[in-house]
This record gives sequence, C-alpha cells and structure tokens, in this order.
Amino acid sequence: MIPAAFDYQKADSAEEAIALIVEHGDEAKLLAGGHSLIPMMKLRLAVPSVLVDIAGVEDLSYINDCGDHFAIGALTKHRLLETSDLLLAECPLLAHVASKVGDPQVRHRGTLGGSLAHSDPASDLPAAILALGGSLIAEGPGGSREIAVADFFTGYFESSLAEDEMLTEVRVPKAPGASWNYQKFNRRAQDWAIVGVAAVEVNGATQVSLVNMGSTPLRAEAVESALAGGASATEAAEVAAEGTDAPTDLNASPEYRDHLARVLTKRALEASGVS
Amino acid sequence: MRDSAGFLPDFAASLHRTCAMISLLVATNSVDYLILLAGEGDRIMALRGTSVRRREDAPLLRGEGTFVADIEFDNPAYVHYLTSTMAHAKVLSIETSVARSMPGVIDIITNADLDIGPYPSANPLFDEAMIRPLLADERVRFVGEPIVAIVADSPAMAADAAELIEVDYDSLDVLVDVEAALDSDVLLFEGTVEGNVVCRMEAEGLHPDFDSCEVVTQVRTINNRLAPAPLETRVAAAEWTADGRLHCFNAGQGPHPVRAVIASILEIEKDQIRVVSRDVGGSFGAKARPSPEEALLGWIAKRVDRPIVWIPGRSDDMVGLGHGRGQVQYCRIGGTSTGDIKAYHLHVVQESGAYPAGGAGLPANARAMLTGCYDIPSVGFSSVSVVTNTTPTGAYRGAGRPEAAAAIERAVDAFAMEIGMDPAEVRRRNFLSPTDFPLVTKTGSSYDSGEYEASLDAALAASDYQELRREQAHRRLNNETLLLGIGVASYVERTAGAGRSEYGGVELLSGGKIRARTGSSPYGQGHHTAWAMLVSDATGVAMEDIEVLHGDTDEIPQGGITGGSRSVQLAGAAIWESSELLVEQAKRVAAELLEASEEDLSLDTAKGLFHVVGTPSIGVSWQEVAEFVEPHADGPRLLHAEEIFDSEGPTFPFGTHVALIELDTETGAVKLLRLIACDDAGVILNPLLADGQVHGGLAQGAAQALVEEFRYDDYGNPVTSNFADYSVISATELPMFERVVLETPTHINPLGAKGIGESGTVGATPAIQNAVIDALSHLGVRHLDMPLTPEKVWREIQGRPK
Repeated sequence: MIPAAFDYQKADSAEEAIALIVEHGDEAKLLAGGHSLIPMMKLRLAVPSVLVDIAGVEDLSYINDCGDHFAIGALTKHRLLETSDLLLAECPLLAHVASKVGDPQVRHRGTLGGSLAHSDPASDLPAAILALGGSLIAEGPGGSREIAVADFFTGYFESSLAEDEMLTEVRVPKAPGASWNYQKFNRRAQDWAIVGVAAVEVNGATQVSLVNMGSTPLRAEAVESALAGGASATEAAEVAAEGTDAPTDLNASPEYRDHLARVLTKRALEASGVS
Repeated sequence: MRDSAGFLPDFAASLHRTCAMISLLVATNSVDYLILLAGEGDRIMALRGTSVRRREDAPLLRGEGTFVADIEFDNPAYVHYLTSTMAHAKVLSIETSVARSMPGVIDIITNADLDIGPYPSANPLFDEAMIRPLLADERVRFVGEPIVAIVADSPAMAADAAELIEVDYDSLDVLVDVEAALDSDVLLFEGTVEGNVVCRMEAEGLHPDFDSCEVVTQVRTINNRLAPAPLETRVAAAEWTADGRLHCFNAGQGPHPVRAVIASILEIEKDQIRVVSRDVGGSFGAKARPSPEEALLGWIAKRVDRPIVWIPGRSDDMVGLGHGRGQVQYCRIGGTSTGDIKAYHLHVVQESGAYPAGGAGLPANARAMLTGCYDIPSVGFSSVSVVTNTTPTGAYRGAGRPEAAAAIERAVDAFAMEIGMDPAEVRRRNFLSPTDFPLVTKTGSSYDSGEYEASLDAALAASDYQELRREQAHRRLNNETLLLGIGVASYVERTAGAGRSEYGGVELLSGGKIRARTGSSPYGQGHHTAWAMLVSDATGVAMEDIEVLHGDTDEIPQGGITGGSRSVQLAGAAIWESSELLVEQAKRVAAELLEASEEDLSLDTAKGLFHVVGTPSIGVSWQEVAEFVEPHADGPRLLHAEEIFDSEGPTFPFGTHVALIELDTETGAVKLLRLIACDDAGVILNPLLADGQVHGGLAQGAAQALVEEFRYDDYGNPVTSNFADYSVISATELPMFERVVLETPTHINPLGAKGIGESGTVGATPAIQNAVIDALSHLGVRHLDMPLTPEKVWREIQGRPK
C-alpha cells in the first residue's frame, strides 16, 4: 500500500504551520502522530497534496499548572499524559484514559491535539475532555480563539476548527479528590471502544460522556439530569442511551450498543461512588 | 467546518483504525533455558531434549535477515496487480491507454496478452471446468482477483498507474453463503458436472447405526473462515540470468514445490529454474503454493527483459492470499444413556472460494481424523465442496484436522449435555485404549501410539478440574454476574500426512566443520537450531561449527514443503541418518590414522574424538580427519553423506486441553482465564522450540474461538480486509499458557518424534468454544458458533431465565 505522491513540509513553529496551511488551503493536512492519517493515505482514502509535519514543534508539548486548570500543549503525547504526576494528582481521569488508548507504540506517537482534531467518536480522549468540560485554543491567521469543548465536536470526524486553524492548547479543569471512572468495552486491548463511558465529578456535579454512541463523542445529558434530580446510579444508567444515535459496525448493532451504554454507565457511576 | 478525513466517513470509520498495529507477542511460560555452550570443554550430555536457544534470533533481531524485499537487483522493475472490486461480474472492457502513458510505466498486461496458463488444478478430484486463469479473462469471481499487471520503474509508479485503469464491469448475481451456493441457479462456471459443486467425498462402505442408540443428538456448527495473515506477505521476485535460466525468489514454505508449479505454468524444464527462499516471515500453510500473481513473474521478467519484484501490501494479501477453514459441519452422535458412544456421522459443507485450491480438498483430512481419539463402533462421513464468490480457501494451520477435531469435540460435548454426564467422563469412557495400538481407524488412519486417558488425567489434574466445577456451581448458585465455563477437548491429529519422504545431507568441510543441507525450508520454526543439534549429537562437532543450508533448489537436490508438522520427523530424521553415515565414513579415515581396525573404533560424541575402544586417551578429531582427506578431495566437500528418509506413514500426536473462561452475563464478554494444554508429540527435540510452536497454536485456537472471522457483506465485499477490522489476537487477550508435556515415542522414525506445529490449534479451539457453551449450559444453551463475540453471547442470554 503506497500513498499517492505528496509534498512534505516541516514546520518548526505553530506560526509556520499555520502559514503553510493558509498557503495550501484544503490541499494540506497537518501531520502530528500520524497514526490515523498515514494509514488512510496508504489506503489512498486520504490524498493530501501537502503534508505539514508539526511533530517537531516542541514548544507545543507541555502540561502547565494554571491554578484552577491545566493547560496542555496540543502536541503532548498520550504517554506524557498517562505518566504526568500533575494529572495523576489533580486530573486522574485524563491520565487514566490516555493509558487506555491503543498500544504503547500509539501512545508514544499520538498527541492529544491530534486525537481531538481528528474528532473520531470512537476515540477515548475526546470523550474524556468532553466529560471534564474544558476548552480548546485554536490559532489561525487572525489570531487565537477559545472554543468550549461542548462546541468543538460537530460531526463524524468533523470539528469546529476552520480550515486555516490549528489546535494549539487544551485546557481542562482540575478535579482533585473528585471521584471518576472510565469504562472501555472492547474485544482486544488495543482496539477502539465498542462503547466507552467516562464519569467524573466536577464542582459537585457528576458529568458523564459516551464513546462511540453517535457521530460525535456525547455528553450523557439524560443521565446527568437524572442524577441531578436525585436518581440512583441504577436509575440514571437506565437512560444512558437516550438522545444517542449508536452506529452499526462489525462489532456491534445499535441495540447492543444501547445496552452496553446502560451497563457501562451503571458500572462507571458505581465505581465513581454514585450510589 | 474542517472535515478531518475528507472522504466517505463509512470507510473512514474502520479503515483509519489501521493505526492500531498488531503485536504478535505470545505469552511465554517460564522455561529454564538450558544454554549449552557447545565447544567450551567437554559436553556433559546430548543436546537433544534440551532448550537450546534459537541461533536464528540474533541476526533477525539485528535486522540482518534477508527477506525477498531486501534483495538488490540490477535495474529491477516492479509489478502491481489491479484486482477486481466486484465479487462476480463480466469484464466488458479494460481501458489502459492513460495508464500506459504515465511516467515510468513499462508494460501493462491483461489476460489477452498471456500465452500461458491456466493455474494447474490442486487436486484431480476437482471439477475440471473450474479453471483459474492467471489473470481474469472475461469474468471475475471474487473481490481481489487479479485482472491487470502493471509494470513500472518503481512500486509507486505502478500503483499510481493502476489508479488510471478503468475496468468496465457488468455485475452478476453474487453467491456468498456456501449452502445457498449449493442449491443456487447462479453458476460460477459453465459446463460443470454438478452446478457449483467442486467435489464430493464420502467414507465408502461405512454406515452409522443410530437406530440402536438410546440417545441421538445433532449439532450444526460453523468452522469460521480465517485469514492466515503471516507477517511477510507474498513478496516474490524473478529474473533471467545470463545463462538463460530463471531465478525466482520466494517467501513460502519450500522452493522445490514452488519450482514445480512455476515450471508447469511457464512450460519450461525444472532444471532451468532456480528457486531460493532465504528468511521467510511466516506462512502457516497459506503460501505452500505460489499464487497466480507470483507464478506470472518469470513470464513478465522475460517480456520486459528486466528483473521483476512484487511486494503486495497487507490489504492485497488479506483477499489474495487465500483463507483457512470455512466449513459448515453437521454432526450426529448417538449412544447409551450411560455414556457409551455408539454412532457418529459428520457431513461437511466446505467453502472452496471462487476457484478450487487446497481448501476444497480439506474434507479428506476431516474424514481421516473423523473419530478423533474415540472407539466408536459405527461411523459415517460425507462432504461437498462448493464454489462461492469469495477468496479461495486453502491449507491453514492444521488444514482439515482442527476442523475434524472441532466437530467431534463439539459433538461429544453435546452428547454429554444430552445425557447429563460430565464431558470429561464421557471422553474417558470412549477413548481408544493404549493396548489397541497400533491400529487402523474405520476411515483408514494408521494410528501409531496413544495414551489418551493419560493426557486427560494430566490435563484435569493440572487444571484442578473438580475444584473448577465446584467454583462454577457456587457462582451459579449465587446468581453472580461473572460465570465460569470449563471446556475440555481431547484430540488426536495426524502429522507428516502428506509428503512422506524428505532429504537431508551433511558434508565435512575444511577445519572439521560440517555443513548440513535440508530439503525442508523453514519460515520461523527454527530448523537451523534443531538440525545443528542433531548433527552435533551424532558427530560430537560443536554447534557453532555446523552450518545449515536450506531453501535453494540449486544447492539442495530435493525437498518438500514445510507444513503438516512434518519437518523434525522427516527432515530431522534424514539429517540424523545422514550424520550417522558421515560418522561411518569418518571412522574409516580415523582408522587409517590410528592404524587400527575400523570395527575397533568408537566415536566419543562428548569430545568429538574417534578412538580405539578401551583407549580413550588417544583420539582423532574431525579436524584431523579433514586435514587427512583434504589433499585428495575434489572441491570443498571432503566427505559427504546424504539420505532420503522415507517414513512408513504419518504420526498421530494427541493431547487434552482444558480452557477456563469467565463470562460476563451483563455484556456477553468472554475472558480466557486459563488454558491448560497437555500435548504429547512423541520425543521432543527442543522444548523451547516446541513451546513456541504450541504457544502460537494455542493463540490461534483462542483467536478462532473468540475473535477471528473473515467476513463478507451480501454483495461479496470483504469487510475485514485489513488489521483494523480483522482481529488478530494479541498477548493482552491471552493468559499465561500452562503446558503439560507428555512424550510417548513413535516407532515411525528414529527420533521417536511426532509433529508439534499445529496441535495447539487442534486442541485449543474446541476447548475454548466448549468452555463458553459450558458457562451457559445451565440456562439451556446447547451450542454457539465461533467466534464467540460479546454481542452473540449477549443475544443468546437474552430471554433466558436467570
């Protein structure tokens, strides 16, 4: 499997990368970890004319303590999230979810920003960020803007990033001492989740997100409302599939996914201390 | 909005997930690796039976192996095959003119250009009308069938040009389901004897008597289609050398059979072809014969007058390399309510794929192994092999024997459930007795030796079977979410069943070193280590002074495939016997040097010294023998012995596997907790190599039972044609394997060895399937087909009382 011919441009900074995607428009693709893009190119499902390699932009790899939140560079690798003492202490859900992505090879190459920009509803990290309820920083030729994570995922492999924008930073609220849990259901450890459920307590409220239950990662709003209204974990989990649109694929039917969403939500809530 | 994929999301959903690379790591037991540093002082014992580490590994791990894609040619051209995207269609036209004008394109070849072919039939039983052209002619019959060969200066240029070729198809009705194809009016070939039937088989003169059985039960079971998926694809190359001969490079299972196929297709003499296989990255049976794409390379090389290299990708091989298994099995079993099995019948519907290849013939192996390790008074067998619009099936890790074992082990469990008896006990009551051996089964297999009850006892003891049953009952009683399932499978299988002779040669070189030549060509088994151990044991020469040569038709006079678990018992025996002959020759030389009679000499294999019996202090070394002979020798071979070992028949390894699974009743998820494998493959040459073979086999058994299945949609489109969608199992899904090794020798060969390459698969697959069904048996579940996916298990539980 050989990709179609393309030009390769290496960017040393975010500014340089943005200038290149402005110059080449929709012919260009940003290359970070490459674990999603390169296989698609080898199968000739993605045929970009220009690859802008940002993997070497080192100043976008960081986890900064900003008081009430962490600021994480878009090119921070999963492996760094997984092993970060800062995150393990004050945002353990994110560190744990990062440890469940793919296999060690993927986690040593894949980046948080790459995973979010790819906007795969079956990916772990977008759902974790959605459950935490942070925000994202996008930079373009006209400067930067902050996008609430709730507004970021717009469709199947689609985000609210503009064509000439690049994701540069992810901001997640700290949740020290909060209860949390992530349930990932798959057939092999390295696989995407057939269904996943993240639950985390933020400012006293339990926030729940779902993996692979629709065209984007989803907040389980029905579950959250039920809990806010005093429902038990068992009762709240019963409505986990409400408002979702589970896909059909080789691994599962929508009916089975709905069922898994209920079972896994119950397990996630119980494991995170919701009675 | 930024669409990060920019193409059809349906495709993207699965295909972008190719990024999850497969790690084919398999859990290893803690083995005490006994490392014998041969050559450092005296040897204290024979190498045979010890875990000598693989000499192959260090260079492979350093990247110093030579695979076909590593070979440098002078001005090579590369071929890319454009393959069918339709499962069944007429080819109306092929437009190649744009592609022809692309930079770097040398030639574009369709069926109309060929003056050779078709691909020779694999079996005289097959319907002669079902002929496979080397490139599709006016009709395509499966997705992945090659239609056009594009030859260019680089692989990328060839692939780019292929995108510009337009094939105009007129679609035909598609047959995917094998049983539907059996009765369909849609025919894949014209002029056949019986519609889509490739061949039928039966066991002549055998008729099972179910009338006198108190209990009769039936099971329909699907032995799921698998993709062999060796790490190295069918990479191949061909060039014509200055002397007018064709030189082929192959990544398969032995160069001599490959040469025979290529010679037949190209219509040239075998001695005009040299086939070389150096390091090979796996095959599992699938690459035993060259595919049509490979067979064509020599013809293309002549046409364009350049060396031709073909490097197919993973997606090419997932549909082009042939698939394994693919049977629908109808089992009928009957006996007494006290557990005596009296009658068994198996009917197999074998998926042949679009063109009959090895797979269509596999029911013959199922027939040979019909009754497994049981003494069943009356039996019967029938099969029908049928073409469908899918990838052709072929030999794959066990090739018919795992299918036979799966059928009878499932049937015995169903019978045990029917009469309410413990499945282990039913097996024990019906085993052939050790005093019955040797024996000929009702379907004609000559079993050499077997201790079936001993293997059952050993496996049950190692698993603490009764305690597992108690824990299972406890969880059921407490209505727990996580249930236990315990599966037992006792098997006997046939090794070295095809190709009963093999070549081995040894020669003494300058300095007292030895070179061995083997007709069996390895692709991961460890022949170099194993054969050097044998030569060293026979001669006393240190392993490091023993070189092993394989995989070259110019260097090795004859050879068969490495397959059917035949190598140690045939090729190993040939190496052993030729080494003994070399010792006799060297002894004559030593006798001259010692001025003694040859009859009075013995070889001290611990020291590698010949001496007069009773006078060990005065000895002659192999080096001294070499020095003495060297002035008179014609060429580097100072002494030379060779042997073609002919075995009187196959050998029959056996064992019992016990699987313990945990089943989540809320999600349907199955976790393999333990896999206890008691295997008896006769005398074990190298326990470390045997462990590797068994571990791989157990992993494949677990994979077939739980995760792997090659699937098609209703239009014949493969939907599992890459590693994102086709679930190759990895170490994380497997427990630490628990092995119990028994060694009952066979009399068939001088090493006492049977084959061990496939038995892991034979036993583990039904053990795990039985375990999952066992977990739900108290709910009334009697059968579930593989792979036992979570949704399938969950749906089975739905609606049943807790």
